[in-house]
Amino acid sequence: MTQISTNGYEVGSNLERVIRSGQFVVTGELGPPQGWEREAVERKAHLLKGVVDGVNLTDNQTAIVRMSSIAAGRILVEEGLEPIIQMTCRDRNRLSMQADLLGAYALGIRNILALSGDHQVFGNHPTAKNVHDIDSMQLIQMIRGLGKGVFQNGDKVVGGAMPMLIGAAANPFGDPFDFRPYRLAKKVAAGAQFIQTQLIYDMERFREYMKRVVDMGLHEKVAILAGVGPLKSSGAAKYMRDKVPGMIVGEYYVTEMENAIKGIPKEEKAARKEAWQRQGIELCIEQIQQLKETPGVAGVHIMAIEWEAAVKPIVAGAGLLPRPTFN
Amino acid sequence: MIVAEQKSLAEIKGLVADAKNILVVGCGTCVTVSFAGGTKEVGILASSLRMATKLDGNAKQFAEVTVQRQCEWEYIDPLAAQLDQYDLVLSLGCGIGVQALAERFPAIPIVPGLNTTFLGMPVEHGVFEERCQACGDCILGLTGGICPIARCSKQLLNGPCGGSQRGVCEIDAEIPCAWQLIYDRMIARGQLDRLLEIQPPKNWSTSRDGGPRKIVREDLRKLEDEE
Repeated sequence: MTQISTNGYEVGSNLERVIRSGQFVVTGELGPPQGWEREAVERKAHLLKGVVDGVNLTDNQTAIVRMSSIAAGRILVEEGLEPIIQMTCRDRNRLSMQADLLGAYALGIRNILALSGDHQVFGNHPTAKNVHDIDSMQLIQMIRGLGKGVFQNGDKVVGGAMPMLIGAAANPFGDPFDFRPYRLAKKVAAGAQFIQTQLIYDMERFREYMKRVVDMGLHEKVAILAGVGPLKSSGAAKYMRDKVPGMIVGEYYVTEMENAIKGIPKEEKAARKEAWQRQGIELCIEQIQQLKETPGVAGVHIMAIEWEAAVKPIVAGAGLLPRPTFN
Repeated sequence: MIVAEQKSLAEIKGLVADAKNILVVGCGTCVTVSFAGGTKEVGILASSLRMATKLDGNAKQFAEVTVQRQCEWEYIDPLAAQLDQYDLVLSLGCGIGVQALAERFPAIPIVPGLNTTFLGMPVEHGVFEERCQACGDCILGLTGGICPIARCSKQLLNGPCGGSQRGVCEIDAEIPCAWQLIYDRMIARGQLDRLLEIQPPKNWSTSRDGGPRKIVREDLRKLEDEE
């Protein structure tokens, strides 16, 4: 079993322990509600409890206003789950981000994913002003600084160090492709300890990316969690292929989803949905098996937003249950 | 140069609604080059407004003049002699021109006929692109002469983000990804190593974030005193 580093220092979160143990890591994702109902978070959380090692709480995902990732993360702590809060650079400046990080730490949150953030034109407040005071690379550095007890301006944090496990995103399907491994290296140098990738629906390109990453030795410095997600329908696969920036969807996945409903008449909507879901979960399990064999991959990040119930059958189907526990 | 575009006729009609005798003032510098507020555009807009207000049954008088630069006192001061004939000035200058007129002639209402859009250049005839945000701390020396502050939708200093694909920005397939351009140029120059360094957070205090900006050049002030 490989000893995987978390880029140097100890946080003590469950996610860090699983990474350090060298076992195949599984993280999930939970989209907070577009409202204030705590139960909406709890309901989704219960579908993920005991199934994943940590749960990403999205931060105004796709620039749509939702419950704060930190507040939702605290609910997860209270429900006995391990939160990974996402933080984008779109909505807050360095003052506000650091203030929120202090609060998150005080609330028991120990994992964070630093992101640039989807542009607000995609969301439900397209006339908003964006911030981008710092970028995701600088956010990683800032969190690392707080981990050592120092604010971005060099002042000392009252109470001292507040180490959090720092995650970052990587998109092997973005361009320029040749620069992507270098950008990952920059994030590792900035202080990233784990990486969650964009959804993978082009295994060949991902393997090529990982080959370069491994050649650079980055997989020894950071835990790379490959992004996967169950497709809901052939339409969803085509939509991601044609409309979502930064994604590549291979024809194999579109065809497999189309094949899933062959012979089921259009009017039998429930039967088609069920067939699609079964196929989506199957394909996701197949991908995880392939990723387990991909050199440099430390685990998977399963994104089943608004379909959290799919995560358990996927993790079980991939032979990844039960999840490790530590005393 | 400063690039501007004309407001809609409907909005301009609203802005001049309360006046009868209106002076339309163009500017012979940037907005002439961006075909928004030069002599020609002043003429076209004034005739459109004459026709439109006549059709509305509320005909107004529109006189026309274009000054060399609306943003310098010496070019707008000569307007003083004729301004008492009008009850409103419609400026086809940029935001600086409008404010210069309003500051010099506080007694008469000045309204803008343009939206000042950006600092940029015509990349081909009729196509203008943004190039500079006037952030006050130029980093073009680090980025191959391509500005990510003005040209990256997220103003990243360590781009590109995950939304860059096939050379274009995630927000619009018509917008080139600034970081793809930077990458291509640095590769062509054999300077990839420069992109591997992490750029620290930007000092925005030299930008608008530091409050309205002002430059005082004592050397120039002194010269004027001596003259």
